[in-house]
Amino acid sequence: MAETNFPTATAYPEGAERLSEEQREAMRGEPPFAEAPPTDSRLVRALKEAGITAGLIAVLTVFFFAFKTDIAAGGLALTADPIQWIVWIAIAFVGRFVLSYLVFANDKPTVGGWKKITAATAGWPVGKVIGAILLLVALTLPFLLSTFLPSQNRYLLDLSILILTYVMLGWGLNIVVGLAGLLDLGYVAFYAVGAYSFALLATNFDLGFWVCLPMAGLFAALWGVMLGFPVLRLRGDYLAIVTLAFGEIIRVVLLNWANFTGGPNGILGIPKPTLFGLEFNRGAGSFSDFFGIPYSPIQRFIFLYYIILALALLTNFVTMRMRKLPVGRAWEALREDEIACRSLGINTVNVKLTAFATGAMFGGFAGSFFATRQGFISPESFTFIESAIILAIVVLGGLGSQLGVVIASVVMIGGIELLRNLTGLQAIFGAGFDPTEYRMLIFGLAMVLIMVWKPRGLVSTRSPSAIYKAKKKIGADLVAQGEGH
Amino acid sequence: MEYFLQQLINGITLGSIYGLIAIGYTMVYGIIGMINFAHGEIFMIGSFIALTVFLALAAIGVTFLPLVLLLMVIVAMVCTAAWGWTIERVAYRPLRGSFRLAPLITAIGMSIFLQNFVQITQGARVKPLPPQIQGGLILMNNPNGIVVQISWMQIIIIAMTIVLMAGFSLLISKTSLGRQQRACEQDRKMASLLGVNVDRTISLTFVIGASLAAVAGMMYLLYYGVIDFYIGFIAGVKAFTAAVLGGIGSLPGAMLGGLAIGLIETFWSGYFSVEYKDVAAFSILAIVLIFMPSGLLGRPEVEKV
Amino acid sequence: MLKQNRNWTDNPILSVEHLTMRFGGLVAIDDLSFDVGRGDITALIGPNGAGKTTVFNCVTGFYKPTEGRIALRRDQHATDEALHELTRSGRQYSETDKGSIFLLERMTDFRITEVAGVARTFQNIRLFGGMTVLENLLVAQHNKLMRASGLTIGGLLGLPGYRRAADAAKDTAIEWLRRVDLLDRADDPAADLPYGAQRRLEIVRALCTDPVLLCLDEPAAGLNPRESTELNTLLKYIRDEHGVSVLLIEHDMGVVMEISDHIIVLDYGKKISDGTAAAVRSDPKVIAAYLGVDDEEVDDVERDLNVKTGHDATAGGSL
Repeated sequence: MAETNFPTATAYPEGAERLSEEQREAMRGEPPFAEAPPTDSRLVRALKEAGITAGLIAVLTVFFFAFKTDIAAGGLALTADPIQWIVWIAIAFVGRFVLSYLVFANDKPTVGGWKKITAATAGWPVGKVIGAILLLVALTLPFLLSTFLPSQNRYLLDLSILILTYVMLGWGLNIVVGLAGLLDLGYVAFYAVGAYSFALLATNFDLGFWVCLPMAGLFAALWGVMLGFPVLRLRGDYLAIVTLAFGEIIRVVLLNWANFTGGPNGILGIPKPTLFGLEFNRGAGSFSDFFGIPYSPIQRFIFLYYIILALALLTNFVTMRMRKLPVGRAWEALREDEIACRSLGINTVNVKLTAFATGAMFGGFAGSFFATRQGFISPESFTFIESAIILAIVVLGGLGSQLGVVIASVVMIGGIELLRNLTGLQAIFGAGFDPTEYRMLIFGLAMVLIMVWKPRGLVSTRSPSAIYKAKKKIGADLVAQGEGH
Repeated sequence: MEYFLQQLINGITLGSIYGLIAIGYTMVYGIIGMINFAHGEIFMIGSFIALTVFLALAAIGVTFLPLVLLLMVIVAMVCTAAWGWTIERVAYRPLRGSFRLAPLITAIGMSIFLQNFVQITQGARVKPLPPQIQGGLILMNNPNGIVVQISWMQIIIIAMTIVLMAGFSLLISKTSLGRQQRACEQDRKMASLLGVNVDRTISLTFVIGASLAAVAGMMYLLYYGVIDFYIGFIAGVKAFTAAVLGGIGSLPGAMLGGLAIGLIETFWSGYFSVEYKDVAAFSILAIVLIFMPSGLLGRPEVEKV
Repeated sequence: MLKQNRNWTDNPILSVEHLTMRFGGLVAIDDLSFDVGRGDITALIGPNGAGKTTVFNCVTGFYKPTEGRIALRRDQHATDEALHELTRSGRQYSETDKGSIFLLERMTDFRITEVAGVARTFQNIRLFGGMTVLENLLVAQHNKLMRASGLTIGGLLGLPGYRRAADAAKDTAIEWLRRVDLLDRADDPAADLPYGAQRRLEIVRALCTDPVLLCLDEPAAGLNPRESTELNTLLKYIRDEHGVSVLLIEHDMGVVMEISDHIIVLDYGKKISDGTAAAVRSDPKVIAAYLGVDDEEVDDVERDLNVKTGHDATAGGSL
């Protein structure tokens, strides 16, 4: 477990690996060599800092704001736009000045304040209440939407389905990364396996959604075991890169094995799910016909919504249940200390494989749902960025926290999606401004900011899986993060 | 045989580029134990800066090629180094000493941000650049008309890589900066107690890594003649694979891994199929790691009980 | 209270024979042989770097020894013939009505704990710091619970068989926590416990795997005198009431001399003495090793101390 080249995490004397504030400070390398405190006045210092920031921004962005390359008749043409560059430098100067002068003036990092707030609220049973409210909202969402926002109904329902898909994927990956502490950067591979096995089974053998769904899940789990068996001996970042590689391999194979997977064109005409044989379309034998209600396309969306909600809740239920079973406890023990696990007679390879396979199975379920919802899949939907987004949801939510995954999914996926609607910003930035273009830019920036703000994720406490007398939350600083420490 | 030689030359060229990027990964990993996912984007930014400098010089009438190349290298290295420094300062330093996955996520976030930043500011379309350095040395010319040649561009790439590697190795093994760097790698806290300015050393690591990536980016631009905002991802993943294959944390390993990945890819494309070249590279990575869990030149990890 | 008979020759639970462990060119253990008596507390002592922890790692399967045989006899009926037969057969262990024997050098670490019943603790405590004290003890009963949960499926469905087993496991854990005075900390994360409590927790966690042989790597390190005394009581209780044999590495001679039935002294990977506490204490070789005297001077020391040569005292331990 001990990695000689990364002693900061292993050097703690006993038991859990704690990072106290002093250690953190010591690692910043300043104490013995702290520079003499600046003697300038606050204003001068702020001005200096603003100047440095502006200069840095000038260097960084000169080739991106001041010059722009375009494809022209004879090759490439260069257009200069120094105004934009200067505007940004000015923004940087003013912004930094305001921050330095007003916010950072007391030399205390702003993060400190947040710590106090989170520490103060640590004891409240906020999680349970929020969880219950969220569940209630999720269960009644289609009705809430059709009652309060009928005009946006279909769009918002579709967005909720998307968010729930990510919640489910996040919960699935949470088993692998959050509970078992195995860093998996190729989770999208199982999502893809699920989607493709569902699509191929459904289109080639004319099987319905409810038959294909468990088969796709099992296929994904099988792949999880097959991929996991050779690679699970690897540790930490080696595991990460190999899982990333497997994710890419699967995508490349899907892309190039054209006569089996349809290659870049993907698979079309994937059947929609039915409710006990009732289809969601117009005409005889359909859902609306059977119940004698007027047909509306929204019915299918509501149905899809409840399917993914049920699948997600199943994932959550199974995970929470497994945490209290020996296998789930072994996952967490594995994350804490693999060698101690082996000394207690636990077959760590099997434990890792079950985590991998369980996570993969839920990924496979989510994949089949994705396939049936879209009606069309292609390798483009299963790129590394998907793995990264799912991992980001798990880590931003707080490793191992089910509620955190929900919050992170809503914030990241929902928040980013809502940017599409901010066409009002065009009034400020001009008609050429297209908010959708900035979606991923803001997404990336939000990932950085949230992580810097709360490195342990939004919900960072761990609740014990067995209780003698009183349930006490365990602070994140005591919980190990698994492989690679 | 001729075909083999030609592929060998191409593979070494590609491997040199991967190797230069891989050094950035392996150095950062060695010193702070994190995968700097944004490093591929640094490489991409380097190639965009090089392109813009080239066009700007052409616009003001500077066309003397050696001067142009020199200016491209210098400006690209300096500006890209500034990017590397800033990324470390903004996204990684606040998380130092925090748990391991946090900087990984900010790195992925940074990577997404940079990709989209370049896409928005420079447009999503590919940027073609006509070959600037043409011709080469004909090494073999057999009567069947099969020619083995090493182009000037390839010679420049390989020579430049060798020079940079040599200079870089000297830097790490002989200078006080290199000593501080190695000390921080061993034990950051102890190094700081002994008077090493850890923050500065880590920043410099990022700066060095970024400037090497900038050189790689420029060479990529000149060699392939086409770049877009997305090249960073795949090159980054390949280079990281190279770093892991060579044994992460080991500098010669990074170069060796880069060459290995370059050769595997080229030979696979040459003899089997271009489509599956990534699969070949990744499969070999997986196989090597399964049998040599610490890579080709990495220190074997002793399981301490 | 020291037993005066030589239990380790008459009724050994663990026989280490010709154990050699090389790391590259370094010989950490050199042709080491010793026996651990059933129901004894056996101490493995020696200067730093003598190879004690390496012996532990070989016995518990964390290292594969270069050479040698490590045989665990789970019950006393196991004969030497059966052991020879098993060694020749190439199998890892045999469980017959004639007695079960395990060849530990052939088994992997977790199988040794799971099947052979050897549990261990670590020099640098390895608790599951982010899990509660109670959870730590439940993890230790993993294999038992895993079977009861029907490999998870029964547990997922909440079958009564599993629930009974889970309750029993919790009761076992609570019983042990009460014994080591940690019950009121049961719901606290293990990393929050003070050092001495962490040591105790690690010992009872190992005991929760139902071992026949418990290997403790420096259990008294870092304990204050009162905690050391409590440890002695605990170890005697384990031996006397649960019939668990204990093999321990220890530097605290107060602990070693007081509770050990049998002491083995290592230096530079070799056994230099083997016997009861009294015998070992007066062995000049041991004194020399601890005082750091050169090998050539050992004879002088022996002469000076005017004692018999150490061989008589150690004869009982050699094969």
